[in-house]
Amino acid sequence: MERQMTGAKMVVQALKDQGVDTVFGYPGGAVLPIYDEVFQQNDIQHVLVRHEQGAVHAAEGYARSTGKPGVVLVTSGPGATNAVTGLTDALLDSIPIVVLTGQVPTFLIGTDGFQEADTVGITRPCTKHNWLVKDPNQLADTIHQAFHVSTTGRPGPTLIDIPKDVQFATGTYVSPQKARVSHYQPRMKGDTDAITQLAEMMEEAERPVFYTGGGVINSGPGASQLLRELVEATNFPITSTLMGLGAYPASGKNWLGMLGMHGLYEANMAMHDCDLMICVGARFDDRITGRVDAFSPGSHKVQIDIDPSSINKVIHVDLPIVGDVGHVLEDLLRIWKSKGRKTNTDALANWWKQIDAWREVNCLSFKNSTKTIKPQHAVQRLEALTRGMDRYITTEVGQHQMWAAQFLGFDEPGRWMTSGGLGTMGYGLPASVGVQMAHKESLVINVAGEASWLMNMQEMGTAVQYRLPVKQFILNNERLGMVRQWQELLHGERYSQSWSEALPDFAKLAEAFGCKGRVVKDPADLDDAIREMIEYDGPFILDVLVEKHENCFPMIPSGEAHNKMLLGEASTADAIGEAGAALV
Amino acid sequence: MNALKIKKGSSRKSAYELRDPNSDVVETHTLAVIVDNEPGVLARVIGLFSGRGYNIDSLTVAEVDHTGHQSRITIVTGGTPAVIEQIKAQLGRIVPVHEVHDLTVEGAAVERELALFKVAGTGDKRVEALRLADIFRANAVDSTLESFVFEVTGAPAKIDAFADLMRPLGLVEMARTGVAALSRGGE
Repeated sequence: MERQMTGAKMVVQALKDQGVDTVFGYPGGAVLPIYDEVFQQNDIQHVLVRHEQGAVHAAEGYARSTGKPGVVLVTSGPGATNAVTGLTDALLDSIPIVVLTGQVPTFLIGTDGFQEADTVGITRPCTKHNWLVKDPNQLADTIHQAFHVSTTGRPGPTLIDIPKDVQFATGTYVSPQKARVSHYQPRMKGDTDAITQLAEMMEEAERPVFYTGGGVINSGPGASQLLRELVEATNFPITSTLMGLGAYPASGKNWLGMLGMHGLYEANMAMHDCDLMICVGARFDDRITGRVDAFSPGSHKVQIDIDPSSINKVIHVDLPIVGDVGHVLEDLLRIWKSKGRKTNTDALANWWKQIDAWREVNCLSFKNSTKTIKPQHAVQRLEALTRGMDRYITTEVGQHQMWAAQFLGFDEPGRWMTSGGLGTMGYGLPASVGVQMAHKESLVINVAGEASWLMNMQEMGTAVQYRLPVKQFILNNERLGMVRQWQELLHGERYSQSWSEALPDFAKLAEAFGCKGRVVKDPADLDDAIREMIEYDGPFILDVLVEKHENCFPMIPSGEAHNKMLLGEASTADAIGEAGAALV
Repeated sequence: MNALKIKKGSSRKSAYELRDPNSDVVETHTLAVIVDNEPGVLARVIGLFSGRGYNIDSLTVAEVDHTGHQSRITIVTGGTPAVIEQIKAQLGRIVPVHEVHDLTVEGAAVERELALFKVAGTGDKRVEALRLADIFRANAVDSTLESFVFEVTGAPAKIDAFADLMRPLGLVEMARTGVAALSRGGE
């Protein structure tokens, strides 16, 4: 159906037609016509954030926890530049979001007008694609294209810059069905010959391991289901990146835990010693590989990825399979089953014996205390008291993030929202707001560090305004813990600028925001405090005062191989060489 | 037509140089990239090269299909085989990019570049410049009593050779278009 309407009305109509129910945003001069249309309808709920970065992270949380694209509406200039960190975060973690920005009217573009910024220029490298729309007749079509691009293939952020005069002007609206079918149609099906070859490799492998990542989750719940079936049927061990937690259940018997720099000993050792590595929707990030030339030296590597540029980018793989994880796993299962469901069971039994020996190292052990709360213990108790609940976890970035990944178990995809690729401090609180908007009745907890949390703490206002009962679980060590840890290991214990001075009283801060807070510092009170946080009907800030100098282990020192893990304090002396120190 | 030269080796320190110790040989490849002729598409391609630390030796871009709104970007780039493969994959995932052809590996190709040379001089040098221009089948497209502007077309190596010869004969300045290339044969 073709209809005449203003650009501003088209924006709202296009969002409705795309099935959008929630928009995170912040108004300003260049988006006033769109906000006027938002005012005059009830189908889409607008969530007023306190800072545009918060809007983007909230949209990311919404997207990750629902599988639907998150939508952001902000103004020109500072509104757009404040969104840049969130866009980059979404790009690196492949999160589908659509950001609409206002722009000065077309006749002012290029004149350094008030609140003018070259938004498409600034965001070109941090979006999957972006558009400046100068013709109202192109607006609806462009919005539909943006949704298509964001959600097709490897997901990612898109941005549409809409000048104010285009919002006022009248044009023809086109529906999503009538929109120009974009030529952007990435290949979904994997090459059958390659998949057959993988099935044959699986039959013969003596020490196989599945190395899975965020791509499994992005591929949809079907892909996670197929992965589980495949792991079950083959009895291969499986590990996952930070981004992929939950695709295979943490309670599954083949689960090795997370791999990588702060991953589990058994997971990293299995990666190092395997003879067949099946990489499913992961991208050999430097946090995963450690030293590249010593990465899993004796293995054949197979990589399944929808993005051809992920293949051979860091690690040369022997068998690349370009395609959607869900499609490829479906074909793989079918082919492997039709060939007789064979695995090298004797060798596999020995491999599991070896893995069990690594498991006995008990790499996550830590010395608990009755005097101070150990951060690991706090996360362990959080896990014990919330496991089995309808629970979503977000995190900030740092030590607490790694402890959360190590000690919390995820049995379903889409339950774990964290900033993996970009490592954005300040992600967790707004993300928890976005998750809670999508899952009103669920328990949403942001596992945070006090320094990260302060970076976007203004979003507590959003949580209170929309009655979102998000739980802020702050592991407060009054330090930038991970920075401090690196300074201890690498920079002669010179703790340059890595402490949190003049911290607010978080319980009083909660009160000031109009929600509830509590400080806990005695291990004996911890369970009670966590219970109070969970049971409180509203947003809650729990300030957990933890051991200040705890380090996060295990750890692969930078510039080292997987089998050179540090397991605890005793092994840290001179662990990182000069070359390693240059790496971040 | 646009020509753009970025200093060779400007990305020697990029992480990509550390990636594949097994294939250190830097190869020169000519890539033809068919793109939608839309605002910003060239910036996307150039931004990819600068952002990821790849080299551009030469770049030529112009619309080739007006009704289909398509442009052809010809890029001469250098890198190890792994880097070249990565460049192609990265180009391929830019949304308005339709096709990426590596003319260096997809069979024989013709490469041509047009260049203008301003050569000033009198006496023997002027005569010698004109004689060499004849050998190179260069056209004099502008002439004064003290100068010529020559137009030369050919493979980049021919242009380089002509430039070397003109330098001692009073080369004032030159302009190069960058490479245009097509695969040989009927397809």
